[in-house]
Amino acid sequence: MISSSFWSMGGYARYVWPCVAFVCTVLAWNLWSARRYLAAARQRAARALAMAASDSA
Amino acid sequence: MWTWFYRLASPPYVYRVAAALTPWFLTLAAIAIGCGLIAGLAFAPPDYQQGDAFRIIYVHAPSAWLSLFAYTTMALAGGIALIWRIKMGHAVAAASAPIGASFTLAALVTGSLWGRPMWGTYWAWDPRLTSELILLFLYVGVMALRPAFEDPGRGDRAAALLSIVGVVNVPIIKYSVVWWNSLHQGATVAKLGKPSMPGSMLWPLLTMFLGFMLFYGAVLCIRLRGEVLNRERQAVWVREALKS
Amino acid sequence: MSVGVWEAFVLVLRRELCLSFRRPDQLIQPLVFFLIVTTLFPLGLSVQLSLLREMAPGVLWVAALLASLLSLDALFKSDADDGTLEQLALSGQGLYVIVLAKTLAHWLVSGAALVLVSPVVGTALAIPLTAFATMMLSLGMGTLTLSWLGAIGAGLTVGLKRGNVLLSLIVLPLAMPLLIFGAGATDRAISGTSAAGALYLLGALCVLTCTLAPFAATAALRITLE
Repeated sequence: MISSSFWSMGGYARYVWPCVAFVCTVLAWNLWSARRYLAAARQRAARALAMAASDSA
Repeated sequence: MWTWFYRLASPPYVYRVAAALTPWFLTLAAIAIGCGLIAGLAFAPPDYQQGDAFRIIYVHAPSAWLSLFAYTTMALAGGIALIWRIKMGHAVAAASAPIGASFTLAALVTGSLWGRPMWGTYWAWDPRLTSELILLFLYVGVMALRPAFEDPGRGDRAAALLSIVGVVNVPIIKYSVVWWNSLHQGATVAKLGKPSMPGSMLWPLLTMFLGFMLFYGAVLCIRLRGEVLNRERQAVWVREALKS
Repeated sequence: MSVGVWEAFVLVLRRELCLSFRRPDQLIQPLVFFLIVTTLFPLGLSVQLSLLREMAPGVLWVAALLASLLSLDALFKSDADDGTLEQLALSGQGLYVIVLAKTLAHWLVSGAALVLVSPVVGTALAIPLTAFATMMLSLGMGTLTLSWLGAIGAGLTVGLKRGNVLLSLIVLPLAMPLLIFGAGATDRAISGTSAAGALYLLGALCVLTCTLAPFAATAALRITLE
């Protein structure tokens, strides 16, 4: 089924494949960005807890 | 009866549930998107008018749907937060915004690339395209307003109000193809009665819709945990939660 | 001495109008800006009359939009700066009435003034006389809607650093449907076809905004002030 017409998309390859690539990039960015956001939040929270602990120590 | 609703207002509960749901959402989303994409790109028959170019629909339509869904979720969550003063609503709204904006961009870009072979132009100022562009600006406005306040609670409430005001735009996008003669095609899927697409083309599309929704759920849960932590940094439960 | 709702409305309205007229330069500036911007387009693009007539509705409307945005920043700002706004909010008259009066006053001195000046601009842009009525009617409804959208934006951004940039960012996307219908109505009137459809849609937008926006603007101010 993965014939040449699959890759050439009946001549529309230069429209279809960039679209697929762009959306895959958006999906990947969402996942990466969300994970980074959560990691940063965890770091900040850990630091805040550590500071509070050392304040009360 | 309302206990589930009140539990949703509890930050540690939301944090735990989001963490638990994420792997499920992600796995199911990966399966659905994988299947839908392969089926749509390789196995669905080419369209009689548009040839293989119509396959862009498998990424374009779910992106556009998600852009609207995320905005509505953002406005709804903001509204709940404003009316019932449930801060978790603001967390959901803040988490939804960048996700929705990215999918709005995806819809615009894929739509533009699809328009070039079909209508001969990368862009047209017709109602649906224009209101999707306006939606992107609305997202940017909300995302810019929230951090502009010194008091983050005030920023949350202002952003919630703005997103509610902008939600009027969402039905305009949805119905613009009905109200105006538009270049953009009319509804093919969400019509009462039989959709005007043959089954072999339709089910990959529905699978992609499902996959994108699940993906939105997954990314929302991850971002939501970050938002909850940022808002609840000083709370006692955070110490235990961070150990996991 | 207790003041009724209507009296409170009239009092605030008169106060706003008095304050505006006390500083005539604040009144004139947006109008001058309107005139200058509409001059820029023919100079920059083309002075051919036929071409001018084609771009006239868009130029007129964009200029009106930008001119209104200029004066929106001041809607709540000076009162917020010196604490009058909080006093008004605490006065027990209900913020709704005060917002209503302030926004109406703003429209009277900016939007209504723009409508009165528009024939001058229309002539400069080669708009035929027959289209003037539609042009002024659409500008009237449009600027009123814009004053209300701007009131929401101003309520949200009063007191923020660089609030006026955010204000434009917030208000302009909301004003885009306005622009489409308003310019569309004028465009149809110029080309001779019936502008009724666009005018009705513009009217619907105007009514919708005038009904709902006061609540949103009041809520916005409450968020900012509390």
